[in-house]
Amino acid sequence: MSYDNELYQQVILDHNRKPRNFHEMENATHSCHGINPLCGDDITVYLKVDEDEGVVEDVSFTGSGCAISKASTSLMTHHLKGKKIDECRVVFNEFHKMVLGEFDPEKQDHHLGKLTLFQGIREYPSRTKCASLAWHTLVGALDKKTEGISTE
Amino acid sequence: MGDANTVSTENPCIDVDKIRADFPVLSKEIGGKPLIYLDNGATTQKPWQVINRVSQFDSEEYGTVRRGSYRLCENSTRLYEEARQKVADFLGAPTCHEIVFTSGTTQAINLVAHSFGRKFVNTGDEVIISNIEHHANTVPWQVLCEEKGATLKVIPVADNGELIMEEYDKLLTDKTRIVAVNHVSNALGTINPIKEITRKAHAAGAKVLIDGAQSTPHMKVDVKNIDCDFYTFSGHKMYAPSGIGGMFGKMEVMEAMPPYVTGGDMIMQVTLEKTTYAKPPARFEAGTPPISQVIGLGAAIDYINGIGMDKIFEYEKSLLDYGTRLLSDIDGLRIIGNAKEKAALLSIYLESAHPHDIITMLDQDGIALRGGHHCAQPTMIRFGVPATARASMAFYNKYEELDALAESLKKIIKFFS
Repeated sequence: MSYDNELYQQVILDHNRKPRNFHEMENATHSCHGINPLCGDDITVYLKVDEDEGVVEDVSFTGSGCAISKASTSLMTHHLKGKKIDECRVVFNEFHKMVLGEFDPEKQDHHLGKLTLFQGIREYPSRTKCASLAWHTLVGALDKKTEGISTE
Repeated sequence: MGDANTVSTENPCIDVDKIRADFPVLSKEIGGKPLIYLDNGATTQKPWQVINRVSQFDSEEYGTVRRGSYRLCENSTRLYEEARQKVADFLGAPTCHEIVFTSGTTQAINLVAHSFGRKFVNTGDEVIISNIEHHANTVPWQVLCEEKGATLKVIPVADNGELIMEEYDKLLTDKTRIVAVNHVSNALGTINPIKEITRKAHAAGAKVLIDGAQSTPHMKVDVKNIDCDFYTFSGHKMYAPSGIGGMFGKMEVMEAMPPYVTGGDMIMQVTLEKTTYAKPPARFEAGTPPISQVIGLGAAIDYINGIGMDKIFEYEKSLLDYGTRLLSDIDGLRIIGNAKEKAALLSIYLESAHPHDIITMLDQDGIALRGGHHCAQPTMIRFGVPATARASMAFYNKYEELDALAESLKKIIKFFS
């Protein structure tokens, strides 16, 4: 187990400072509210889904939290825009397993792109929820979970 | 209180390097960087003297206590009771019979809330705590008041982290049954005027519990002088093993209290119809206790006494003054809690970075701090912050470690701005 990986890289800091797609969505077809009580992270993810094509046309979010959760959500929105719902679920699975240390994108084929930046979080099990909150909330939105998501 | 600008780091009153050599974990590295351990408010590291004593006891002397008349057991019972006497002396208790072993502060407070509370707190009565208690000294009283239809009143805290004593005076009534406050706040470091709190509570006819979890490792405690009815502590915060702690309780108060946990060892006589209970402290020590941990606690007290509590307090005070001065110079950093009387603890809030990001980034520099609400959410709410990063010091910390903390914090601020 190595401690010296750079978790807080420039990309993460940049997305924390200037989150992408950081706004409410007026004509969202799906949305979900997610909280991570540990850090007090609190986000809402909005989706515009073309049901006929099964494509996520637009993704945005609002909320506040630690740098990891904010950057993770920002990068997620950027990554998923225009992807098919099925693809989104594949990325969710890979991401979720990666932060838990059960999937190694250095050794396996993946669809994570830049999201591999969050691999270092597996060294901090107490903080994996910061990185995965956005994704759980996304799935909550796709599944139309009205009660919201809590990582606890 | 010394002037922070004139802190002398020359000739500290204790030999820190010699002390550090006693704590094996302090020479370890985290990710290639020397471990800087500043989470002593959560738990403290163990010296060889404690580790070896427990190991020796387990390998050569271990036996049950108070249950057998063979020599192994007689000997371990003697060592166990010797440790109780050490705790009594350490806290200034008149007799060792007024020391009850529990798993720690949380269990000790629950003991009092359940036992004393069940008998003496009734509908319409009042319990007083403060706004700067950790959850262990908040939740048991909330639950008790809810169950009994009693009212929980809270002493407010001023912006500097000190309790507002004029407000406390107003909260005390002839319905107050117990006042439960900490000696030192785990979130802010405030040393509370517990003698005055106790005197006033007694004048109103109330009993007093002082939560000593954060004070016993760092300053001289004299329960006789304080005159409190209960004083609780945790061994793992004072260089002893985890899973052991306890409380002082005045004999005449404890004698009137029913048992909390029942079972073996806390009885006088058991028939299938009726059980009569042993006198305190045995009444509150049902079941086989954590024997090795008690022996370790005794060794930890010996270790602390070997350095001397006056010297520990003086040295840690100089660490606090040094750290306060260093961090006060950093732009964008706020220290939450600036009480005049304060233990060696700095609750840090950065305008630019979330406390959990701070903690993870400090960890990458080998620096261990607690981040979060410190199990004191009402305190965080009062000061309008979601969480802080807390540097809590012990006598084995060095000025250089605080330099490293300050440098790392500056780097983080730069990173996030």
